[in-house]
Amino acid sequence: MLNKFNKPIRVAIYASIALIMSFSHLFAGSSISIGMQQEPTSLDPTSDATASIDGMLSHNVYESLTTVNESGQVLPALATDWQVSPDGLEYTFNLRKNVKYHDGSAFDSEDVLFSFKRAMAEDSVNPTKKIFKPIEEISAPDSHSVVIKLKKKDAFFLFNMAKGDASIVASESSASNNEKPVGTGPFIFDDWKRGDRLVLVKNSNWHDAQSVSLEKVEFRFISDAAAATAAMMAEELDAFPGFPAPELLEQFEADPRFTVTIGSTEGEVILAFNNKKSPFDNLDVRRALSHAINRDEVIDGAMYGRAVPIGSFYPPHGSSYVDLTNVYAHDLDKSKELLKASGLKIDELSLRVPPFPYATRSAEIIQAQFSKVGIDVKVENVEWGFWIDEVYKKKNYDMTIIAHTSPNDLGNFARGPKYFYGFDDPAYNDLYAQIVGEADPEKRSELVKQAQRYLTDKAVHGFLFQLPKLGIFKNGIKGFWKSAPVLYQPLQAVLVK
Amino acid sequence: MILFLLRRLVNFLVTLFAVSIIVFAAMNVLPGDPALTILGLDATEDALEALRQRLGLNEPLTKRYFLWIGNALTGNFGISHSFSVPVSDLIIERLPLTVSLAISGMTCTVILAFVLGVFAAANHKRYGDWGVMVISQLGIALPAFWLSILLVLLFAVKLRWLPPGGFPGWENPSDAIRSLILPTLALSLVQSAVLARVTRSSMLEVMRQDYIRTARASGFHRSRILWRHTLPNALIPIVTIIGMQFAALVTGTIVIENVFYLPGLGKLIFQSISNRDLPTVQALVMLFAAIVIIANFIVDITYSVIDPRLKDRA
Repeated sequence: MLNKFNKPIRVAIYASIALIMSFSHLFAGSSISIGMQQEPTSLDPTSDATASIDGMLSHNVYESLTTVNESGQVLPALATDWQVSPDGLEYTFNLRKNVKYHDGSAFDSEDVLFSFKRAMAEDSVNPTKKIFKPIEEISAPDSHSVVIKLKKKDAFFLFNMAKGDASIVASESSASNNEKPVGTGPFIFDDWKRGDRLVLVKNSNWHDAQSVSLEKVEFRFISDAAAATAAMMAEELDAFPGFPAPELLEQFEADPRFTVTIGSTEGEVILAFNNKKSPFDNLDVRRALSHAINRDEVIDGAMYGRAVPIGSFYPPHGSSYVDLTNVYAHDLDKSKELLKASGLKIDELSLRVPPFPYATRSAEIIQAQFSKVGIDVKVENVEWGFWIDEVYKKKNYDMTIIAHTSPNDLGNFARGPKYFYGFDDPAYNDLYAQIVGEADPEKRSELVKQAQRYLTDKAVHGFLFQLPKLGIFKNGIKGFWKSAPVLYQPLQAVLVK
Repeated sequence: MILFLLRRLVNFLVTLFAVSIIVFAAMNVLPGDPALTILGLDATEDALEALRQRLGLNEPLTKRYFLWIGNALTGNFGISHSFSVPVSDLIIERLPLTVSLAISGMTCTVILAFVLGVFAAANHKRYGDWGVMVISQLGIALPAFWLSILLVLLFAVKLRWLPPGGFPGWENPSDAIRSLILPTLALSLVQSAVLARVTRSSMLEVMRQDYIRTARASGFHRSRILWRHTLPNALIPIVTIIGMQFAALVTGTIVIENVFYLPGLGKLIFQSISNRDLPTVQALVMLFAAIVIIANFIVDITYSVIDPRLKDRA
């Protein structure tokens, strides 16, 4: 058909086709399809705890005053810098200028006041309202600075302000953020088909837009691990940064099309003991049970070897980590000895397990291990709603297996007798108060180490392993975090080649 | 006939009313706390209390029930606890997919079952019959989710003919149809195995009747006897099973939609139950119940079409 034209025109047509094709290739390269296991029910991280809301939107669509990098270090975000008063109680944040929300409205200190007051209000439903509890007063001296006064020193304050729960939203759009999120971040919300996908596009007005290479981001919700595997294998997806099934990882490692990463999360997996309840109120019993656990076997069986053991309640990648895995080394004789010393006769214990593969699989192995010291463990697999109500709220359990995924959560053990651990220890509460109040990083690190040792010494729980972050990426995709110090995953640095 | 319809309508309403009470009671007896599910384990007590207040969970049970039923009668099914949007919006959003899936699944089931069942009956006690019986036995034994995974591995991962899951929406008809092929097959293969067996035995039953022998003796062609004289007379038990299978198919979408990550009603009800999203669960169970009752009603009507003698008895 092209022969109808003379040669120069033909050449021009071919050249332009080639040009268009090379451009379309460029455009195709700058979009990415990302698999998510958990489907969000809302798109507002300030009113719903679902981790995937943070995972997709925090620091992509929404921004907070601060942010963190992959190693958990606090960096500027909507606040370009800040000063802390010598007594550590007053923070002055200087806000970024010329920032606009995605709906075109301007960002200034009023938005910060609004967001904080909204989160702190009596009728606020912010899922981590506790991070705002230390705040005494918040004020705005001018349109681009904010002063926050604290009641008492809080070493985690700047870190906490990076969370999605502390996103700075506009008063005009806050009520509809659950369906149409409006933020200031590098990506603009484009479309959400509930249960299916969520689409973001690049915000060319973002202050550092030239560093963002992705034009379009599509999140697909696939909860079933086998379906997720098929979707990756069929190349429907480019990346699955939080892959749910360690048992299916091997086939991706063997496939030259993919890169597999194994990083760490903030999730400590514990065999929780109900410390209030007999026989767990007995230190010897808790120590005996800790000795009966063979962590390597649990990790091999439940996580296919893809996890790092822990001996206390602190992530092994953390800067203040102490390796305490040898304190209760697997030792059946010692375990039996301690059980005898406790003077208690334990025949049967119940283990109520939430419906997560890491938990249900670990439970079966723990059951087999405890039988070796003469304890019959009754495993009860319960559904999540049941777990929340019976185990967490009513503390109606002997043992359970659960991952605590929040960063800096040593404070769980200072939550008093009402918390489901049933652990209430004034000495530990003091220690934790010191950690929170310590501004000097080195001294704080020492205290954090002390806390880990304390918890291990008291054998509060059976400490099992750190939940890994398993990522599968098509070759040529770069810039995803290998480990996850927070729930979110910034995409501004992600490249598709 | 009018009396029959009226009686059916009353039956329908009474059943729905009973279902509403059962679901409401069951969801409230089940341990769980919607506020805690939404706000997570780090939530403070005052935030939880604020949310419970907002969702109206602090009202007494009976008051909540009557409020709900009163609103439902005016077509207002309330606001979803976890999605914070009207439940009717959620349902309307997802209905097209599940309805398409159920219709395509049912059509495919009936066609497959008729072809296989009639073929087996026509070849009674020969290899063809024997082959269909073995295949259908296998079909009955296979769990649908497992079959789905095999289908995906073959057609999506290995051959790349079809997408492994997802649904692009009907704005894009060819992609929408492509993405429904595997879920339809997964839904209908198992169901058609059951129906094929029923078709076969019902056909064999009719083939023993005198009028078939007479037809054969009169020299009618074999296929005419099979399709015109045997199948229509064998339909009553088949239609009964189809009615029951339709209910199984609608509930079967819960599994299939999860395996093929399709955003339909099945996935929604699954998610809402684990989130303790009472308004959504309530509305969906009522909807499913209504679908099943209507399917049974259609079966009853069909009886009198197939066999006009039954009309007088109704």
